[in-house]
Amino acid sequence: MRDLKLPFCPGCGLFSLTNAFLRAVHELGYEDLSNFVFCSGIGCSSWIPSPYFRADSVHTLHGRSIPVATSIALLRPNLHVVVFGGDGDIVGIGLSHFVHAARRNTDILVIMGNNMVYGMTGGQVAPTTPLKAKTTTTPYGSFEHPLDAAKLAAVAGAAYSARWTTAHPKELRESIKKAINLKGFRFIEVITQCPTAFGRRVGFKNVGEMLKWFKENAVPVQQAEKMSQEELEGKIIIGEFIQRRRTTLGEAVYAMIKGAQKDEKQS
Amino acid sequence: MQKTETKTYFWSGNEACVEAAITAGCRFFAGYPITPANEIAEHMAKKLPKVNGIFMQMEDELASIGAVMGASWCGVKAMTATSGPGFSLMQETIGWGFMTETPCVIVDVQRLGPGTGQATKCGQGDVMQSRWGTHGDYTAIVLSPNSVQEVFELTIRAFNLAEKYRTPVILLTDETIAHVREQITIPPKESIQTIDRKKPVAGERKFFGSEEVAPMPAIGEGYNVAVTASTHDEYGIRFTADPLIHRRLVESINNKIRKHADDIVDVESYNADDCQVGIISYGCTSRSVYETVEEAEKRGIKVGHVRLKTLWPFPEKPVKKLAKNARKIIVPEMNLGQIFHEVKRVACQTEVVPLNKIGGGELITPEEILEKILEGVGENN
Repeated sequence: MRDLKLPFCPGCGLFSLTNAFLRAVHELGYEDLSNFVFCSGIGCSSWIPSPYFRADSVHTLHGRSIPVATSIALLRPNLHVVVFGGDGDIVGIGLSHFVHAARRNTDILVIMGNNMVYGMTGGQVAPTTPLKAKTTTTPYGSFEHPLDAAKLAAVAGAAYSARWTTAHPKELRESIKKAINLKGFRFIEVITQCPTAFGRRVGFKNVGEMLKWFKENAVPVQQAEKMSQEELEGKIIIGEFIQRRRTTLGEAVYAMIKGAQKDEKQS
Repeated sequence: MQKTETKTYFWSGNEACVEAAITAGCRFFAGYPITPANEIAEHMAKKLPKVNGIFMQMEDELASIGAVMGASWCGVKAMTATSGPGFSLMQETIGWGFMTETPCVIVDVQRLGPGTGQATKCGQGDVMQSRWGTHGDYTAIVLSPNSVQEVFELTIRAFNLAEKYRTPVILLTDETIAHVREQITIPPKESIQTIDRKKPVAGERKFFGSEEVAPMPAIGEGYNVAVTASTHDEYGIRFTADPLIHRRLVESINNKIRKHADDIVDVESYNADDCQVGIISYGCTSRSVYETVEEAEKRGIKVGHVRLKTLWPFPEKPVKKLAKNARKIIVPEMNLGQIFHEVKRVACQTEVVPLNKIGGGELITPEEILEKILEGVGENN
């Protein structure tokens, strides 16, 4: 870490996420972040690495971290390319890049802090906001269904997709450790509390209540498979949604280049 | 590419652009299909893998220009090519490139807008967009070739200026120049000058906001570089409210271009010192002007012609010089008047006459320009 104070509000879940990531890296035996490069967009989660991590970091535009990370992953195959972003950044404005990166199996790890709201701009409704939740732009309650990002990543072709909450720090840490060492497109969604722009508006008195809500409503993915749509209403499905080995974008691109050059020599 | 001798080819402008980019050292291209720029991506897809370069067709223009920026921060010369609608989509990230001082080349093959307009037809309507397309204060470098030969030369120059000044450079071509096939002479590779960005030396930590152009580290070299388009200091540390740091940074990224305008500006000038009527032209439109000048001379009218190879920063000195000598200046453009306003601003007292034509890709003819000339000197001849 650089000698700077993290910018998050008191009680923000992103402290726990930052902690989980750095501990995971440490537990994997890395002494510093020289084997990593970080990409992020705009939003609170995007501030986790930039400029706080003592590492190469590229703080891109809102929603555009994944395209920037795509070329970095192709050109720096020896580094772990990690994208940090919020739900608005990754699956709101940047959704198309998210789906295509999963489809391509781009060699990046995307860690998405999902606070279910646009926190930095004051708490507007997000694609992840629960139905009926009150936000600054849904004063009468949200009338849209939220997006299941972890499931979407799995369907779109991700090599790994998991969801945890900040009330599951140990599972989250282990998941990050695992994901760092896998190849291809890896996605970890972290349901995180935003007491400032979300919690207090939907009726939570403090951070503890939000974490309690995460804990009590979390349902492991295996158990959720046996539950009905009604039973799953308001629940947070946690766990690993997929893990598979597919040819990654980097592997495919370099194989293509090799092939093209071989054709040249033969002809 | 050929090794030691001069060779001639019969290429389109888009092909020449690809060959030049690879000669200049471009090893990464990301783009999205759009007429009339497609041949650039198609040739890149074929050529880049053979020189260990990477071609990516991305999901849209936002991703394409984003990937170009990421590649540049890996120390790789990178480029994208598009046309008006795609160029519009790229503007936000082009601004990111100015603020983070990321060298790259963006080719805009102009077609007719606004909106979808006429996708296959030539126009020159993106001149102001190429200068002012993104938000905030910045100074763009925009080059405008008028032949296949010059697409080759200016593509290399675009990379060189991007690297030298650590900034996005826009190569503004048009459908005519992109698709016309012409003979092109390629000099031996050794005789072509290419410039690479200044790299830091170990221990250096100031990578941003210098009028002298700060050195640029690459990702993975151990410099722990923090890149952000939010306001930042020389070390890349974000300051989202400090007025002085913002002022210093934004002034420096503008001044590094403005103070070197003489190095960047390039024009082709003919009889600017001694003429009755002046013409300012650029891009495909200038091709008609050559014939007009000849025809006018046959009629005893002295015509001065300044052709802008650099559109931005605007070539004020050569335009001023022409304005001093000519009684009036004609500005033919395939838009409803864009560079015209710049010429008017610089020419002060001299009468400036626009000659505009849009639609269907119809070029401005030598006769139409001649007519404007004769309007000005009619009674004297």
